[in-house]
Amino acid sequence: MIPELGHFALILALFVAIIQAIMPIAGAARGHLAWIGMARPLARAQFGLLLLSFAALTWAFIQSDFSVAYVANNSNSALPWYYRVSAVWGAHEGSLVFWMLMMSGWGFAVTLFSRSLPEQFLARVIGVMGFISAGFLLFILLTSNPFDRLVPAALEGRDLNPLLQDVGLILHPPLLYMGYVGFSVAFSFAVAALLGGHLDAAWARWSRPWTTVAWLFLTLGNVLGSWWAYYELGWGGWWFWDPVENSSFMPWLVGTALIHSLAVTEKRAAFKSWTVLLAILTFSLSLLGTFLVRSGVLVSVHAFANDPARGVFILTFLGVVVGASLLIYAWRAPNIKGGGRFDLLSRETLLLLNNIILVVATATVLLGTLTPLLLDALKLGKISVGPPYYNFMFPLVMIPLVVLMGIGPLTRWGSASVGELAQRLRYTIIIAVIGGVAITWLLFGKASVMVIIGSVLALWVILTSLQSLWRRLRQRDGAIAALSAVPAAFYGMTLAHIGVGVLIIGVTYTSAFSSEKDLRMVPGQSHELGGYSFRFASIEKITGPNYTAQRAQVEVTNSSGEQVAILTPEKRIYRVQTSPMTEAAIDGGLFRDLYVALSEPLGGDAWAVRLYHKPFLRWIWLGALMMAFGGLLAASDRRYRIDVKQKRTHAEPINDPALAAQQ
Amino acid sequence: MTPTRKRRLIAVASLVVGIGIAAALALSAFKENMLYFYSPTDIAQDKVPPGAVFRVGGLVVAGSVVRSSDSLDMRFDVTDTAKTVNIRYTGILPDLFKEGQGIVALGRIGPDGVFQASEVLAKHDETYMPPEVHDSIEKAKRQSAQAKQQSANTLTP
Repeated sequence: MIPELGHFALILALFVAIIQAIMPIAGAARGHLAWIGMARPLARAQFGLLLLSFAALTWAFIQSDFSVAYVANNSNSALPWYYRVSAVWGAHEGSLVFWMLMMSGWGFAVTLFSRSLPEQFLARVIGVMGFISAGFLLFILLTSNPFDRLVPAALEGRDLNPLLQDVGLILHPPLLYMGYVGFSVAFSFAVAALLGGHLDAAWARWSRPWTTVAWLFLTLGNVLGSWWAYYELGWGGWWFWDPVENSSFMPWLVGTALIHSLAVTEKRAAFKSWTVLLAILTFSLSLLGTFLVRSGVLVSVHAFANDPARGVFILTFLGVVVGASLLIYAWRAPNIKGGGRFDLLSRETLLLLNNIILVVATATVLLGTLTPLLLDALKLGKISVGPPYYNFMFPLVMIPLVVLMGIGPLTRWGSASVGELAQRLRYTIIIAVIGGVAITWLLFGKASVMVIIGSVLALWVILTSLQSLWRRLRQRDGAIAALSAVPAAFYGMTLAHIGVGVLIIGVTYTSAFSSEKDLRMVPGQSHELGGYSFRFASIEKITGPNYTAQRAQVEVTNSSGEQVAILTPEKRIYRVQTSPMTEAAIDGGLFRDLYVALSEPLGGDAWAVRLYHKPFLRWIWLGALMMAFGGLLAASDRRYRIDVKQKRTHAEPINDPALAAQQ
Repeated sequence: MTPTRKRRLIAVASLVVGIGIAAALALSAFKENMLYFYSPTDIAQDKVPPGAVFRVGGLVVAGSVVRSSDSLDMRFDVTDTAKTVNIRYTGILPDLFKEGQGIVALGRIGPDGVFQASEVLAKHDETYMPPEVHDSIEKAKRQSAQAKQQSANTLTP
């Protein structure tokens, strides 16, 4: 009964979404107040219905209702309750319901935090979101209904994929989806602004906090994905350039460009058309990511789904969304008035370069991800490009970006002079270069060209970020007055940029100085790696709730003979799916990770074992977390909460010089 | 042309050149790092350019896995049901590597004619078959069916 209730709620949600896609937009076009007024209640009803549907599905999992096919395929009565809950989004059907729950949740949030928006504009935003919701709900109901019954009911479930029975899976998809779906808000704001013809600085101001929040969720989702792959896939890599990773990395890259171009549109009323295009592109890449992951076209560890009907539906929907938004753009863009003027050397130009580089980086990833699929579809051969392609291209594209990143915040809007910039930056450049070389030499005693470049760039970004903060602080007397005069958004930017520096240090040092060894080990045997001694002490059999395992004990001592860690890697066999799983054991630290994974028994007491020593690995995630936290600070800035509705009536003329002058 | 216009033109031109260089580099890097997939039948028919690094895939032949007793060296056979390739590998295997499972190996054919793998991939799902392997097995089956048909035709007068 309860699954049918959930199914019914989904169908109702589809009808609500269709009304939501039509009435508010029609109302806004014809100035029909009652129709405009429907926007908020419809979006809230939509959220309520999806909450109900999601709760029904979760209930079926907690109760282990194996008469529901999706539950029977992805759960088991021996599964601990928390994995039963996370199993709801562990496979295709449920993850789509979860996706829709988030989508309607964003819509609900827009209705709550929109008191300062003009009603007409809000109606259009909600309408566009309703259109997207309708597409996804139709997709779920036609091709991927999670409430389908299994007749006769299964006695026992087939269990959740062991790979997904992990805390990483509880957290990774929700954060990633929040990011993916969050960009639908930025997209809806852009399309709503196009429809209404009010593409101005106020629009950019409204969409900035939403875009930043979506971006920070996507950042966190990517970090968690990387962390999960690192310890759960068992082989110590933190990024594989897997097509699934790429499909969440591309929206992140373009989303980063969008955040920067929105800043220019808000502060200088420039780049308007470009910003709109970026908003459309970001969400389109989110949809493309959904297509790649959900259609099963990929040769990848993530591609669990396999059903052509689904792929065709998403591809069609992607075509409709991109086509329609570009048509609206073509129809409305000629009316967009030109933005504020700026010189060749100005912060605007540098941010434009930032955008171009990020789009080029996205294109690089897109080329590597889609070409193999296209060639295969055209029967031109089965090819693949591996990490070497990306590892060659990415530093090449990113090095100029990081150089510019140091200069940008210290450059004036509108017009800057080379002399002034050189004067501001001369000492920073010298310190970054000398410091970068010195640090690598002191830490490792050896260095390649890439390591020195990485160290210098990291130091460069961190120093220039601190320098621009310092310039801001110096404008006021008194420490507290100065600290509180700087807006939260500025702290956010500084923190995020320093995070990039920290991330560069992590990537550079981990790539250059990691050591690994695959070994045949018997109990009692030791091996030296990266200045540590790993002793394979013993192996024993243990039993978990739904698996049995072999667990080894590996004692790690440092060069002076002190014990630093006892690592207990496991090899698990899950009872239902009977597939072996490697549970690596990791001793993490700020300056190094020690990592041991058990591969397979080689007869007798001997095991194949992989040992890792990875310096500075945690800095990668630390840097990314700093970026996400910087995003949070930026989105919390007070100026986004002041009532822009009143402000807007004053700032109506888009080229108002007064608006352009106030930064 | 005014000086401002001239400067702007130079800026746009250098931008176009920059993006062009990036595109050229990306395409050449792509070409250099492109890996083709060949089936055991392709290898038997000498379709692989000599010395090329490529991917080969198929089912691990039951009983073919031979391990060294004192190191991580091993050898095994992979088949697309028509032809078989012998693969040599040193190192750690993925969790789902087992006899009868579809796998993909990356490497090149050594001077002794044995495929030397630098990486062996098996997917984290028992029921999953790498699409390349699936296709090559289908193709091999079709060809053997055709061959049978032909031999049947030649036999009947």
